[in-house]
Amino acid sequence: MIRNSLPVSNCQTNIQKKKLTMTRADTAFAVVTIFWGFIGVVCPILTGLFMRKSPNRGIVQIMFVMTAVCCYLFWLCAFLFQINPLVGPQLESNLIRTMQYEWYGINPQHTPEHPEA
Amino acid sequence: MGSLFRSEEMTLCQLFLQSDAAYACVSELGEMGLVQFKDLNPDVNAFQRKFVNEIMRCEEMERKLRYIEKELKKDKLKIPDSDSNPKAPAPKEMIDLEATFEKIESELREVNTNAEALKRNYLELTELKEVLTKTQTFFREQGHGHHNVVEDAQHALVPEERVGSGDAIHKSVFIVFFQGEQLKARVRKICEGFRATLYPCPETAQERMDMLRGVTTRLEDLEIVKKIKAIYHTLNMCSFEHSRNNLIAECWAPAKVLEEVQAALRHGQDIPPTYFMTNRFTKVFQSIVHAYGVAGYREVNPALYTIISFPFLFAVMFGDTGHGFIMFLFGLWMVVSEKKLDQKKNDNEIFKMMFGGRYIILLMGLFSLYTGLIYNDIFSKSLNLFGSSWKFNYTQETLDGSFSLQMKPEDIFDDATTGAYPLGLDPVWQASINKITFTNSFKMKLSVIMGVLQMASGVLLSVFNHLHFKHYSFVLVQFVPEILFLLCIFGYLLALIFFKWLTINAHCASCAPSLLIHFINMFLYKYEEPANINGTVPAFHCDNMGPFGNYSQFEMKCTGQTVFYPHQRKAGLGARSHEHLVSSEVLPGQEGLSASEVDISTSVSINGGRGDAVMTMEEEEEGDAEAEFDTGEVFVGQAIHTIEYCLGCVSHTASYLRLWALSLAHAQLSEVLWNMLFRMGLKMDLPYVGSILVFACFGAFAVLTIAVLLVMEGLSAFLHALRLHWVEFQSKFYHGDGYLFDPFNFKEQMDPTLDDQ
Repeated sequence: MIRNSLPVSNCQTNIQKKKLTMTRADTAFAVVTIFWGFIGVVCPILTGLFMRKSPNRGIVQIMFVMTAVCCYLFWLCAFLFQINPLVGPQLESNLIRTMQYEWYGINPQHTPEHPEA
Repeated sequence: MGSLFRSEEMTLCQLFLQSDAAYACVSELGEMGLVQFKDLNPDVNAFQRKFVNEIMRCEEMERKLRYIEKELKKDKLKIPDSDSNPKAPAPKEMIDLEATFEKIESELREVNTNAEALKRNYLELTELKEVLTKTQTFFREQGHGHHNVVEDAQHALVPEERVGSGDAIHKSVFIVFFQGEQLKARVRKICEGFRATLYPCPETAQERMDMLRGVTTRLEDLEIVKKIKAIYHTLNMCSFEHSRNNLIAECWAPAKVLEEVQAALRHGQDIPPTYFMTNRFTKVFQSIVHAYGVAGYREVNPALYTIISFPFLFAVMFGDTGHGFIMFLFGLWMVVSEKKLDQKKNDNEIFKMMFGGRYIILLMGLFSLYTGLIYNDIFSKSLNLFGSSWKFNYTQETLDGSFSLQMKPEDIFDDATTGAYPLGLDPVWQASINKITFTNSFKMKLSVIMGVLQMASGVLLSVFNHLHFKHYSFVLVQFVPEILFLLCIFGYLLALIFFKWLTINAHCASCAPSLLIHFINMFLYKYEEPANINGTVPAFHCDNMGPFGNYSQFEMKCTGQTVFYPHQRKAGLGARSHEHLVSSEVLPGQEGLSASEVDISTSVSINGGRGDAVMTMEEEEEGDAEAEFDTGEVFVGQAIHTIEYCLGCVSHTASYLRLWALSLAHAQLSEVLWNMLFRMGLKMDLPYVGSILVFACFGAFAVLTIAVLLVMEGLSAFLHALRLHWVEFQSKFYHGDGYLFDPFNFKEQMDPTLDDQ
């Protein structure tokens, strides 16, 4: 799974032993990789079969491959950049209040005492 | 691999033409438009060529036709657009054509000199009609033809104020009736004294119309004359062989159409022109590559990859779904109504340019849609499609306590169930205060990744060139050092980036190694013991690779090119000497760096130039006195190439950071337009009036979005993406020293604006 799977140093104070579950991120990784893999590998092969006579066959194949490579790489960079974030967002308090209400349904009227970091 | 990968194969053909048939043959070739004629008489003066008289006759005919055309345009007579493509006639017919044009021209000149008087006469004819109706009885009594009416009629004053058609001069009509020749002369003199006009024959105007109608149809001949002239220009390029009364022509033609051209001969020794078979989609991408330099003959063509990489790099800099969508719609409209817009013959230069690039605009819009989704930027707003991964839950006290809160990823970021946001950047960042710090880090690393990969692919493409032109040694001495240099330094940087993304997390944020410091230390050979630094990841110890790769291949490149290149040029030289030189270049070992080895490597690399000079001197001592080429010249040339490449790698990698800069500028401009303009209208809390104000605000927002963000930023990103292709990508493999295939084509002679085939 795309987490701290590589060996890390002894700096890590709390080594977490996580359950190996499929997170949403893993699903996303699989889906996107398969999608661009289809476009970048399967589509050129299909083009090679269906466009055998056309002089533009090579061009279409290269277009498929390059589109898949460029777009997948772009998505991959954005994805990998966020799996281990080193800084978090700094939001205005009022905005946090609104977000908590809209996104997480946390009503300011009855907010239980939750210890946060 | 597709017809755009390399330019087409060309064949040099020699045509042997009988003098009588030469004209007809060249005419046929011109209709086909597939061959380019070589000038076999390059040092002959234009006035000494064989067919100069015919060309002069053609030019004379052209001049006459142009004059006729001008006259027709002045009279606003419509010149019918003939769709037919008349073939060039035989030389005999040329004489007939000349005679016809001569006659028409003289007639037209004659007609023109009387034009003013004719117009006036026509006007007076209408007056005559009026007078006739009024004094009908008088004319019936006389009974003569209307031609002599005035002179032989009796005098009768019929003063009338008559406004002539066309001019506002008040005229009085009068009729003079008289008898005899003497009176006629006197009446004439008096009339002339008072500047009275005489009535003309009505047929004159009719005659004029007929003549002009006839001339109109002859304007098709202009096309024919141009063809004749073109044929004679081509025939001038042939060399004349007196012995057999033949004309010899040399021409280039694409190999695929050889049968059609009916020739068969071997290749010439000089460089053929470059020809790409393009359709209307690939034409525009090929043209932007040619704008920088036409590909050399059979060289690898970057246009094939530019089809996708150019819109993609544009989109990385443009990166907004909303703007990308508008651009996509614009491109789509132009593509769908292609035929209609093509026929309209719009004279607007700017629209013509944009119409020419309709496929590029379509692709750019499409890719911008995608990159906007990944940047999560739609008119400077973010989409929350899947739910943010930052799950926070603060108490009201905490929120009341401070104006803003900085979230810590180890607590707030949901690692366990959601992980990273599935599609692009998390939506929580759009509203955050430190958004730019976050996106800067992302976009800068992204730019370097894209840049290094594009440059590496450029270097890889040079292998195809080397293999095709059978410079097999170049693969070893040029490609291998180049790719090693690029990958060992910048590929290593890429590896570091990915490694840091994957392994360092927030629990270790304080001790996360800085890539920049690490990179600098690599160049300075500054290593720190792993035990001293708390938390340096052991994997980072493999940074021996970096400097090893760096210096070793640098030496290899310098020496390899200077050593092996001469080796290849001189086939007969023994390999001993060169192997000896190469083996003495034992590269420093990989297990750590002892002091002595460091000295060797540094000394050799620092004194690289001197070291090389020493080696080449040794080489010369070994007795390659027979030099077909200048060793010094080769050495200097390759040294320049080495330095250019190495410095270029560094500066071009930095140059790719413009991908970050422009996308940042675009995002900020978009945010400014929304916050300072549109949001002002939305925030106003005025009932009823507010709706009008919002409408006005939106109008300003829309106009500025299109003008600034779409047009200006679009052009800017277009230009920068183009520069990245021309300089950073193409300098790795492209020579661009060819010349375009310019076929002898009548269509292009007819319509000089038809510059795209």
